[in-house]
Amino acid sequence: MADHSSTYEPKSATAKWWDERLPIMRLLSDQMITFPTPKNINYLWTFGGILTVFLLLQLVTGIILAMHYQPSAAEAFNSVDNIMRNVNYGWLIRNMHAVGASMFFIAVYIHIFRGLYYGSYKAPREILWILGMLIFLAMMAAGFMGYALVWGQMSFWGVTVITNLFSSLDGIIPGLGTAIVEWLWGGYSVSGTTLNRFFSLHYLVPFVIVGLVVLHIWALHMTGQNNPTGVEPKTEADTVPMHPYATSKDLFAMFAFFLMFAWFVFFLPDYLGHPDNYNPANPLVTPPHIVPEWYFLPFYAILRAIPDKLGGVIMMFGAIAVLFFIPWLDRSRIRSARYRPIYKWFFWLLVISCLALGYLGAMPAEEPYITWARIFTAYYFAHFLIVMPIVGVLEKPKPLPASISDAVEGGKSSSGASAHKKN
Amino acid sequence: MASDTKDPNRRDFLVVAGNTFAAIGAASLIWPFIAQMNPDAGALALSSIEVDLSPIKEGQAITAMWRGKPVFIRYRTAEEIEAAKKVALDDLADPIARNENLKDPASAPATDQNRTIEGHEKWLILIGICTHLGCIPEGQKISDARGDFGGYFCPCHGSHYDTAGRIRKGPAPRNLDVPVITFITDTKIKIG
Repeated sequence: MADHSSTYEPKSATAKWWDERLPIMRLLSDQMITFPTPKNINYLWTFGGILTVFLLLQLVTGIILAMHYQPSAAEAFNSVDNIMRNVNYGWLIRNMHAVGASMFFIAVYIHIFRGLYYGSYKAPREILWILGMLIFLAMMAAGFMGYALVWGQMSFWGVTVITNLFSSLDGIIPGLGTAIVEWLWGGYSVSGTTLNRFFSLHYLVPFVIVGLVVLHIWALHMTGQNNPTGVEPKTEADTVPMHPYATSKDLFAMFAFFLMFAWFVFFLPDYLGHPDNYNPANPLVTPPHIVPEWYFLPFYAILRAIPDKLGGVIMMFGAIAVLFFIPWLDRSRIRSARYRPIYKWFFWLLVISCLALGYLGAMPAEEPYITWARIFTAYYFAHFLIVMPIVGVLEKPKPLPASISDAVEGGKSSSGASAHKKN
Repeated sequence: MASDTKDPNRRDFLVVAGNTFAAIGAASLIWPFIAQMNPDAGALALSSIEVDLSPIKEGQAITAMWRGKPVFIRYRTAEEIEAAKKVALDDLADPIARNENLKDPASAPATDQNRTIEGHEKWLILIGICTHLGCIPEGQKISDARGDFGGYFCPCHGSHYDTAGRIRKGPAPRNLDVPVITFITDTKIKIG
């Protein structure tokens, strides 16, 4: 929390010398060891740490892959094959990177829905939420461009389809969309030139994400963490030091998550991909059924649900843009859905809609899928634009606990010592 | 997680065992990230080449490419062989043969015989990389500078090699290396 005053005491002369010049140990101690963490945060709060680790893992494996990858139309596909077959442990590192991207998105979606359920976007955490959404946006850019680098059929046609989204701007100003698309491509079609710039940007974006993550964590440490009650910690008894309490919980969850990660890396590395991407890119033949990576499917379903080119593109981008305004769309004063008897059901309806859109995005563009996609698209937007503002005003919330200690201990005790033991 | 008691207890044991296990796990995970920079299977598959010597006339030389390095192959003239044989071992800066084909390449003396393949003394086959700092010496072409001893001359820092590829003058510490060579026939060799 912002008023968490420093308790760091340099223990040696060297530590003191450093502390007067570059107080980095003080920063680490204050922000990662003694930092007060609400004592009731559950396992859904471990995904921030998991995401940080996956970001670093993607950076390390990505830098290694770039040592072996060749970003040219002629060599890209073969160099990926070379990584898989010839480079020492190349199969492991590439599987970690490809599966890691999926794990990153699984974790980020859980993280986002956690924030939605417990109202982590509400004042004073609006900036924290918006930074998170910017990270999500940057992740999507990185994921999309990374998938292109494999330069298989799905890569090539995925790039073609997604970049062509911008050609819909021709519907506003004739020629504008075409000009933008040709600018993105560096030619009159997706080519090796496009691949080269995607490689460059795919290397750049993760470092932008690192910068955004630093800001995200900074903002988090200004306001402190939200918690399942949504009630701010009031006394020291409501919190525990970050280390070893939150850190060990984070570590345990991370190991559990890594088990799933390892299962995919070693046993199902291609499960989350698409077999068509094992055919080299061919500009003359489009695969019969184009689908993006699974983490884009809900947005892809929204795109296809709209029977108008420009309209579909606007709705797809709108589906992401609307997330930025949530802190102001939600009119309820109560953070946690735990104490919001009506909104809680709408929340789960949103979860079901997103999962359904994900499923529908993978289905062919025909009936009955299109009608269902329209229904769920309608709910997706209604949730943010209608449900959030109206339910927030109409709903009568359940009584909030007086404090976190009150909530976890049923109001029996709130002394510091017993609170620590209880956790 | 230091213990309050002086005697090690079960918690101490668990902490030490857990940390050890995590350290071993982390260390073994690091290995693939280091090993990936070693030559890959594709590079290892290029580890030997065959060269046809029949078009080379006496006094001519060709350069073959092996593992990304130049290999000098020179059909020496009788005078060049004679000159190399006359050199006393005491005159050599590096008296070691550096010939991978000998039983004891690290100790055999650098006689002209030991610098070539037995029965094929007219062929001088060397890795064409100066042992100083890795430049490629001149001397393969007849028009090249061949240094004071008629063999090779490295223009980078002025190392002179004789007609058996031995360092005679200049900063290079060792004779030019002789790679592993197999004569498949009298006019065909395998390098590596």
